Amino acid sequence: MLDDVAIRIRQNIGIVTAVLLFSILYLLYNLAHPKGFSSAVLVQNGDEIFALAMLAMAQTVPVLASGLDLSVGAVMTMVGCFASYLLTGAAGGSPLHLEIFGLHLGLGIFPGGVSGILLGIVICLATGALAGFVNGCVVVYGRIQPIIATLATGAVYIGIALFLRPTPGGKIDEDLNWALTNSLGDFAATVHIFDDGGAGWFAPVAWIPVPFVLLVLIALLVWVPFRRSVLGRAVYAVGSAEGAAYMSGLPIERAKIAAFTLAGFFAGCGGLFLAIQTSSGNADIPQAGAYTLNSIASVVIGGTSLLGGTGSAIGSIFGAMVLRVISFFFRIFDIAPLLQPLFEGLILLAAVSIGALGVLRVKNTLELFR
Amino acid sequence: MSSASLSLSRDDRPILIAALFILVILVAGTIYTFARFGSAPLLSPAYLLQQLQIGAFLGIVSAGMMMVILIAQIDLSVPWTLAGAAMMATTIGGPLAIPVGLGVGLLVGLINGIGVAYLRVPSMIFTLGVNAVMRGLMVAHTGGYAPQTGATDLMRMLAGDRTLGIPNALFVWIAVSVLVTIVLQRTTLGRYVYAIGNKEAAAYLAGVDTRRITVICFVLCGVAAALAGVLLAGYSTKAYQGMGDAYLLPSIAAVVIGGTNILGGRGRYLGTLIGVVLIVLLNSVLSIMDMPEAGRQVIYGLVIIFMLLVYGRGERVTS
Repeated sequence: MLDDVAIRIRQNIGIVTAVLLFSILYLLYNLAHPKGFSSAVLVQNGDEIFALAMLAMAQTVPVLASGLDLSVGAVMTMVGCFASYLLTGAAGGSPLHLEIFGLHLGLGIFPGGVSGILLGIVICLATGALAGFVNGCVVVYGRIQPIIATLATGAVYIGIALFLRPTPGGKIDEDLNWALTNSLGDFAATVHIFDDGGAGWFAPVAWIPVPFVLLVLIALLVWVPFRRSVLGRAVYAVGSAEGAAYMSGLPIERAKIAAFTLAGFFAGCGGLFLAIQTSSGNADIPQAGAYTLNSIASVVIGGTSLLGGTGSAIGSIFGAMVLRVISFFFRIFDIAPLLQPLFEGLILLAAVSIGALGVLRVKNTLELFR
Repeated sequence: MSSASLSLSRDDRPILIAALFILVILVAGTIYTFARFGSAPLLSPAYLLQQLQIGAFLGIVSAGMMMVILIAQIDLSVPWTLAGAAMMATTIGGPLAIPVGLGVGLLVGLINGIGVAYLRVPSMIFTLGVNAVMRGLMVAHTGGYAPQTGATDLMRMLAGDRTLGIPNALFVWIAVSVLVTIVLQRTTLGRYVYAIGNKEAAAYLAGVDTRRITVICFVLCGVAAALAGVLLAGYSTKAYQGMGDAYLLPSIAAVVIGGTNILGGRGRYLGTLIGVVLIVLLNSVLSIMDMPEAGRQVIYGLVIIFMLLVYGRGERVTS
């Protein structure tokens, strides 16, 4: 029994390290914070973590299939720009129009109210998944290396985002913003369920931040079933030995397309939340780039190998949380904002270098060249 | 071999197609300007030279990037290596400005190389961290404001002035190009680079000190980025925040469009040269057409995909 646990831990040493690191850092953070362990702090942290955690999950799936998706930040930005048009929630709907090469095209009126918002959310998530599907098709049928293919499609998606929002703007329904970026109690009060959140049995969980609930739901309802499906297993197989996977008759092409589509969906979730949180759409190119690069860092810290085949999206969520908690510390310990980028870089370098110290134990140099 | 002599070799085809595409851009751009303004600036040597002068910075960065991509690695620290070299060069000033700037690149390349070659950290993540550290150092150094120091006269002369009507920056680019071509084609280092890119374990078994070569490639890439930074500071008479951000993705794109395999081991320098010219011309045609940033990004992405669909398709894995 104990042996079994020990083996499990050794097999998942990366994710265990990430979870431990996060737990220790977050405990210290809450101890040092004047309002530590309160719902308000948790809510604020949840809002700051969610988008990056989603992008980290998005990046994990292609990485597991030993591809890299450099377009996750661009997909996030593009979906956010769509959301800033579709989730206004204005009573009576909002008119949509398109201006292209001087032509002015009316696209009818997008419905408002609750049904309009739900439809808008579905369209936004579908847009993200579609962008990912296109990535997958370019990689599989175009037979272009993922890293360079997604670099190119990422430019296209950023272009679409800029076309939608040349300057930051748009609006998101205030109730939606309030309901999703606060605690469960506020959510219930806004959507009028459980006696507006006043039900007796509801009180013990009312403090939990909605973003955390969403994160757990997406992980349990999307990632876990996918990982256990044939396609999910094929993604792992492709990542560890594509030739062997082919010879075993696994659906390689469908697995790769599924991996990129799921990445697009997760990135879309991140973009949707970011737009809801900021109540606007912003085609911010540096921000998109920063999110893409941080998603790669989260994946590595979360114990997924960039070579593919081993790791998990759950680990990446913790990787993203570790990255974010480090920046929370800057606020607590009053580190000069000017020094923050330096510390972020040094910590990232230290983390990956310590993880790499295993090479010193390698006896046969040939083992290094995998 | 007989079929190879009839059809183009694997490495030549991308170069030829990219060159043809440059002609297409020139012709299409000229038709546009002729129809709209009744002039053909794209065909005037003065305009082309000016565009190539701006392209020289990208060209030098791409030359270094190619060395790293050839050994199946990547260097994401280029943006702040470039900016850091420019900022340190303008801070030091005087005759030491250029050596100090290049020294920054050498140091960054050395750190990258040691991390990738000896610690075996994936280059994607290690150079990303080094980029963040360089950015942090430079933000701390400048206080986050635009640096007040200016470029030295020598830097301005090298980047901005002309000799016999030809921009000096172009001469520097040519010198770098000649050097890289000789290294890749005529030296053992060049042979080793291709060998490592094809299969590092095989190169190691053949007696190549693959880790030392990896460090050398990263150092060359860092120095090239630093040289571009020093020149760019000379061209704009000062260093500025984020001056390198616009060079990372275009340099990777130029190398890949030129037919270098992103997985390493294959590609010729001439291709990278053509790739840089293609990107520079595409940019200038788009700015003549007053294309908004949104359209530029879309066209930029579509061109890369199109070029790779024509000649960059990989093999299907079947065993």
